[in-house]
Amino acid sequence: MAERSPATRRALWLVLTLVFAFLYIPITVLVALSFNEGGLPTAWSGFSLKWYASLAHNSAILSAALNTLIVALVSTAIATLLGTLLAIGVEMRRQYGKGLEALIFAPMIIPDIVLAIALLSFFSMINLTMGLHTIILAHVVFNLAFVCSVVRARLKSFDWSIVEASADLGASAITTFRRVTLPVIAPAVIAGALLAFTLSVDEFIIAFFTAGAGRASTTLPMQIYAMIRFGITPEINALATIVMAVSITALTLSQRLNRGVIGQ
Amino acid sequence: MTRPSRSSLLMAPALVWLTALMVVPCALVLALAFFRRGIYGGIDYTFTLENFGLVFDPLYAGIFLKSARIAGTATLIAVVVGYAAAYAIAAAPRRWQPVFLFFAVLPFWSNYLIRTYAWIVLLNREGLITQLLRWLGYTGEPPSMLYTEGAVIAGLVYNYLPFVILACYAPLSRLNPELAEASRDLGASAATTFRRVILPLTVPGIAAGAVFVFVLSIGNFVTPALLGGGRFQMIGNLVYDQFLTANDWPFGAALAMALIAIMLLVLMAQALAANRAAGRSAQTGGADG
Repeated sequence: MAERSPATRRALWLVLTLVFAFLYIPITVLVALSFNEGGLPTAWSGFSLKWYASLAHNSAILSAALNTLIVALVSTAIATLLGTLLAIGVEMRRQYGKGLEALIFAPMIIPDIVLAIALLSFFSMINLTMGLHTIILAHVVFNLAFVCSVVRARLKSFDWSIVEASADLGASAITTFRRVTLPVIAPAVIAGALLAFTLSVDEFIIAFFTAGAGRASTTLPMQIYAMIRFGITPEINALATIVMAVSITALTLSQRLNRGVIGQ
Repeated sequence: MTRPSRSSLLMAPALVWLTALMVVPCALVLALAFFRRGIYGGIDYTFTLENFGLVFDPLYAGIFLKSARIAGTATLIAVVVGYAAAYAIAAAPRRWQPVFLFFAVLPFWSNYLIRTYAWIVLLNREGLITQLLRWLGYTGEPPSMLYTEGAVIAGLVYNYLPFVILACYAPLSRLNPELAEASRDLGASAATTFRRVILPLTVPGIAAGAVFVFVLSIGNFVTPALLGGGRFQMIGNLVYDQFLTANDWPFGAALAMALIAIMLLVLMAQALAANRAAGRSAQTGGADG
């Protein structure tokens, strides 16, 4: 951009400083307090890892973490397979209708609460007992849409003539997929899977509505929500720090594999 | 196998999944809105429009207005702050821009509940802000900041600001610097240049960011529940109550339909704004929308 006066430049740096302070102070305070020795959640009294140790003995949190892992792994696996096939199928066509496009985009823009109540009504109407399996069914819906959009972005620059060349040279459809298409889209598939995994680990509202009664299928976000409603404890700070570290690591990795899908 | 039929085969599993677990359930919930609530909860399958009438009942219409006001305020603040931040990032040295952008989006990648919880830690009566005030010499009662409308708005802005920065940065970074120079060479002040040249060309980014914040805020139930306190209600909380506590699913479904209608209106407005901006940018031959 054009040259700016020193006063303008200072103002711009001030804006950046203030915005970054606003974005980072709340989570930094949270992380710092998770290492706080004292039981008081907000007053600093010395460094300690004891709240992390106490997490390891909290059976409610451990079982919720296990549930979350099951839901995230299974729904990611299904969504990665279906979403990748969908992306290839769509991009293979030279033209497709607006209806198809809308159907694929809908899970990403539909409000969580709407999908949540829709699935709750649906499952109870068909008399399906709810639990981890219904959360998985629900999570695949939005996860497959995100995987599909990441893989499609990669396929936009894909030269389909090499697929035809491979077929002309006598390769079967499966060999062509394995040796030609897959190597090209592999980074996007992994990036999509990591994104799906993180979305599933963090998802609260839909899981909350489709988990059914009882505590057996409580996921980590549901557990965190219940704990937060009771108030602040140093244990939540520690748990929050771990969950945050996991999401940020997975998404940073996903980003590096596949540039250009920030913020989706 | 021909290409179209192979394509259909590849798409089939995902499309079946989306139809069975999104289209059908959503259609079902829309249909629910036209039935009566059964005497003991449940659903009485007789056709009625009562649920929609109830949406316009002053009590509930008031909650809609309040939700729209809160979502609107959060949107306005997020757009002003987010645009300023995006502008500052786009004005920074080229090699620093991706770094700033990355760190602006990073908080967005952590759990929504946790980002909201961070504000409880900050705003509670013994939180950082109260302690800061004490340190500055304040001795009175700790101010009550948590469980207020302001706390809800702060939480919404905090959660969605990164997206606005991202949405506004895209058109700002593509802006042709010669346009601003030409405007200044022709004698326009910096303010006029911003208002007449830069701002109109970046409307699509602003619109996308604003729609995102508004749509996610107006249907939100987590932030009002956590930062607004137990009795604080927005439409999202109302829908939640109908399904999980009051057991009036048909009314809950009607509320959800109203929510979707508001969303669609907002999205249409955005499409309109984007179209007009595209027309304008074609005229000026400037950055594409």
